[in-house]
Amino acid sequence: MELVQMQKSLQDYTKSLFLEGVLDSQFLQLQQLQDESNPDFVSQVVTLFFQDSDRILNDLSLSLDQQVVDFKKVDPHVHQLKGSSSSIGAQRVKNACVVFRTFCEQQNVEGCHRCLQQVKQEYYLVKNRLETLFKLEQQIVASGGVIPAMELGF
Amino acid sequence: MAVGDLSSSPSSSSPELHVLAVDDSFVDRKVIERLLRISACKVTTVESGTRALQYLGLDGDKGSSAPKVLFLSSRPLCFLDLKVNLIVTDYSMPGLTGYELLKKIKESSALREIPVVIMSSENIQPRIEECMTEGAEDFLLKPVKLADVKRLKELIMKSGLAEEEDNKAKHSCPNRILQNNTASSSSSHDVSSLDDVTPSSKRMKLESRAHD
Repeated sequence: MELVQMQKSLQDYTKSLFLEGVLDSQFLQLQQLQDESNPDFVSQVVTLFFQDSDRILNDLSLSLDQQVVDFKKVDPHVHQLKGSSSSIGAQRVKNACVVFRTFCEQQNVEGCHRCLQQVKQEYYLVKNRLETLFKLEQQIVASGGVIPAMELGF
Repeated sequence: MAVGDLSSSPSSSSPELHVLAVDDSFVDRKVIERLLRISACKVTTVESGTRALQYLGLDGDKGSSAPKVLFLSSRPLCFLDLKVNLIVTDYSMPGLTGYELLKKIKESSALREIPVVIMSSENIQPRIEECMTEGAEDFLLKPVKLADVKRLKELIMKSGLAEEEDNKAKHSCPNRILQNNTASSSSSHDVSSLDDVTPSSKRMKLESRAHD
């Protein structure tokens, strides 16, 4: 595939993530913080997010599987995940966490289980999409090209 | 370097703010660090209020400014060489909250002049007012953006120029929430063109008054 085509694909792909609401403007903020002196900033932050989230989702599954659910443990985890997903622009994960917290407040175990599934779904989705995005970027760089700046006109 | 040099010195390196960023989230620490570095600040990040107090030399010894050797990430650091000009802290943290950290800093004669900014993902009015009343310089809503940091930096640099007047006005305005403001127009980092008085001089002046 030609370089120009790859760059166009990347732009279209990124645009679609915004249009679907998978990512929001905070992701663009992160991209603005990336430059020649910090060329991997976005992928570094996102990788931290993946590591953090994997751990939190695991803890959440364990906490919700207890005979007696300790919401004092569950809520801080969801709050944390809400925070980190918001910081990288993972909008749908963040929104799912917001809903999750309301069920925590109500101490609704059934509701929390459903929310956890929803959060996981959104998380795996954004994880998958971002991994694809980074692969596209790597292909461009490997072909000697530069990653095109994201246009904000959409 | 420890005691601020008040004379304007064009040949000296541009005064960089040294910011202490406190946040229990890995992701947020990385982001705030980058936001601050890209805004030409020196940054130290710690993961808790307790660590922040240790770094500031406030563990147990209230207001003590005796030089200490601390180990952070297994590297020795000398406290006295790394004067902090600004503290940016998350509100919700396990252990010491950002608010509690703010209180401890404002209670310390050695540290109370350091501006403290609170960050929170939750826009809770009473919380904001509580922090402003306690003496927070400002309250940022997360996720923090580059425009917020640039504006904050300008605020801090400017407040060093009019510290006498500022001291009275500082604690009287609640509800100054820095929102996303795309009209912010900080271009190049003109710190070298600023006049002599930097925030560090506020501390020096305070210590020379017979306080406490």
